Amino acid sequence: MMIATGLWRTHILIGLVLLNMAIGLVFISATTTPAYAITAEEMLANPVLEERARNLSKQLRCLVCQNQSIDDSDADLARDLRREVRSQIAAGTSDGAIIDQLRAKYGDYVLLNPPLDQATLFLWLSPLGFILLGGLIVMMARRQRGAAIATELDAAERARIEKMLASRDSENRPKT
Amino acid sequence: MIAELGHFALITAFILSLAQGVLPLFGAARGNSATMLIAPAAAISVALAVAFSFGALVWGFITSDFSLALVANHSHSTKPMIYKISGTWGNHEGSLLLWILILAIYGGVMALGGSAMPIALKARILAVQGMVTTGFLAFSLFTSNPFLRLANIPLDGKGLNPILQDPGLAIHPPMLYLGYVGLSMAFAFAVAALITGEVDRLWAKWMRPWIMAAWCALTCGIALGSWWAYYELGWGGWWFWDPVENASLMPWLAATALLHSAIVVEKRGQLKSWTVLLAIMAFSLSLVGTFIVRSGLLTSVHSFASDPARGVFVLAILLFAVGIPLALYAWRGPQLVTAADFTLTSREGGLIANNMLLIVATAIVLLGTFYPLGLEMVTGARITVGPPYFDATFNPVMALLMVFMAIGPVMAWRRGQTARLRPVLICAAAGAGIIALAGSSLAFGFSIGSLAALGLIGWLSAGIGADIWQQLKPNDTASIGARAKRIPNDVIGMWVAHFGVVIFMLGAVGDNLFNSEQVVRAKPGDVIQIADRKVTFTGVKQVEGPNYQALAAQLEYHDEDGRLFALLTPEKRVYNAERQTTTEAAIRPTLRGDDYAVLGDGDNKIGYTLRLYYKPLVSWIWGGAVIMALGGLIAAFGRQRAATKQSSLPQNAASALSTSDGGA
Repeated sequence: MMIATGLWRTHILIGLVLLNMAIGLVFISATTTPAYAITAEEMLANPVLEERARNLSKQLRCLVCQNQSIDDSDADLARDLRREVRSQIAAGTSDGAIIDQLRAKYGDYVLLNPPLDQATLFLWLSPLGFILLGGLIVMMARRQRGAAIATELDAAERARIEKMLASRDSENRPKT
Repeated sequence: MIAELGHFALITAFILSLAQGVLPLFGAARGNSATMLIAPAAAISVALAVAFSFGALVWGFITSDFSLALVANHSHSTKPMIYKISGTWGNHEGSLLLWILILAIYGGVMALGGSAMPIALKARILAVQGMVTTGFLAFSLFTSNPFLRLANIPLDGKGLNPILQDPGLAIHPPMLYLGYVGLSMAFAFAVAALITGEVDRLWAKWMRPWIMAAWCALTCGIALGSWWAYYELGWGGWWFWDPVENASLMPWLAATALLHSAIVVEKRGQLKSWTVLLAIMAFSLSLVGTFIVRSGLLTSVHSFASDPARGVFVLAILLFAVGIPLALYAWRGPQLVTAADFTLTSREGGLIANNMLLIVATAIVLLGTFYPLGLEMVTGARITVGPPYFDATFNPVMALLMVFMAIGPVMAWRRGQTARLRPVLICAAAGAGIIALAGSSLAFGFSIGSLAALGLIGWLSAGIGADIWQQLKPNDTASIGARAKRIPNDVIGMWVAHFGVVIFMLGAVGDNLFNSEQVVRAKPGDVIQIADRKVTFTGVKQVEGPNYQALAAQLEYHDEDGRLFALLTPEKRVYNAERQTTTEAAIRPTLRGDDYAVLGDGDNKIGYTLRLYYKPLVSWIWGGAVIMALGGLIAAFGRQRAATKQSSLPQNAASALSTSDGGA
């Protein structure tokens, strides 16, 4: 019965936390507007096409920069690529075709998202491999050490808990 | 003259640290306490000598002594004083000396404290610390001497890269180094333990404050770097998966794993071998980070001037620092293995999951950072591993970690489930569902990723909240106050730190989903609408800075009712000495969101390019990091209070209590 009441109260508390967050979400979603181009002259008039251009720009590397997408970079080359992407989009080329064209011209280096092929197979499969390996190591370590775990308390442990609880109670008693 | 004294002090420090690295080991092996006591004396002397040397270099920068090559190359007489001082570590040689200074200070503090530790253990730890210091002092003296004089003294210096002339630079490197270098203490503890082959719960108890201090500093250091990139680079982004950012993230992930596994050693005497390995790994990753930055292998704004000889030297230090401990580990490691006395559905199991996922995340970052380099060396093919890769691989692993974050802390040690588990799971699931559903119904076009992120925010916040409530709610024997008093500070620290993760996530999700952006070419008098604000561009003003000229756009921010609430003045600066142009974003940070404005090129005739952003909740990202660090401090700090409280209990009960109750 105690647990049930506690659970109910917990729900109220969490409810309040969530309500608070929901209010925050309503507030921030009310301030949403669509995003526009990186410099005013470059942007496409059609917001749908412009959105596509922005998304593409974020996947393309500025080839002369340290580690920036063409969307972030002020470099001339990045601007040229942004214009290239937008003129292609305006001409009706699909996203995939634009990526393929740039890839043919500049190589995989231009893609911030490395495409899955022979050279990147190891890169893409490894994260899964790491997880499996980690699990395997944990399992093997446990088996090797022959862990024998009792699931019930034995008599000595019971006695220790009794003692522990007793000393805890004495600690809680108000000092007189 | 002062520079020569500084140079001399540095050489003295090198010789002393060599003594600190070698002699105490012999003393400890032979049980000769006089030789062992050389360690603290040497460590304190090294710290003083390096501090003097560093002071001498700072003095050279303050007085603009251009007969010093370093000052002539990286400073300028017209620079404001704060940037003259911070310019000391705005270059390779100076930042290396700062690194050594922090290393020596850690050694000195260790020498002064730690009186409860066995003298042999302390001597060995200081000896290992001394060896690391020796390596870096040699690096400084032989390849990167900061005290070189010029034969022809220039009239003025070449100046400092303007984007480094910023208050953020004054504190970001020292903070980051406090973290990086702090991990050397954990490393020294681990190697000292491997020398004797003995690891016990006290060892972990003594090590944990050092890990905590390093972790807190690293957390703040990374957050500062991210914040600096946010306001200085002018793109409004806060994390770019840049190799140098990755270099700081990897030791952070490993240190996070380490501070959790050290809890298991301290409370339960398990995972000893793994914790030792992790401590070596965490510091090695710090060194890898230094190697990446210093060698110029992966270039970025941080690699001031790169030189292959330096890269080779760091690589040599790295090989020694990883190779010898690993050899020791292969020899002693098996000795540390204990039979596991817990089920996988226990607190230990949760912490193992935490460790495994954090290490997988570290491995992913490591692989993604070095893969292009390796591939180019092997096949010659050039590829880029950018943010989309890390989003697709790193984020799911961290998401899984957050799932465990709500469950792990409510598991019991050894045997799994507690009465607390069920209600916490129910609450967390409800929280996840509500936030994800509320989020998706409030805004269209949510991706699976952002839905998952929202769900995780709900899951974790509700999980933590439910755990707190169940530990605080009044029962038959105690009121809320009484129960709150009994909760150890490391549990409170854990709640705070985990709650910091929620705050961080809210910031990241808020910025990602609700960020608005306007890019326009505006003439004076134009009004720009962004989010619910109306921004009037009234024109530009010439501004005279201490060592730059600037053009400042005047942007009046009005709210929906037309009330003026802020004036933002983003600048374009031309630095006189360096002949470089920078853009200074103007930011008005609030808890609700940041107004962010950048001035681009243009003139009064054709208008100016203005980039305006409204970034909801973005400052919560760094706020969350600060809260995490705060939680770490509470946990590290509170251990003492818990210890004094327990000492009044009978011995067995005290240790049993800490086993059943404590832990983060």
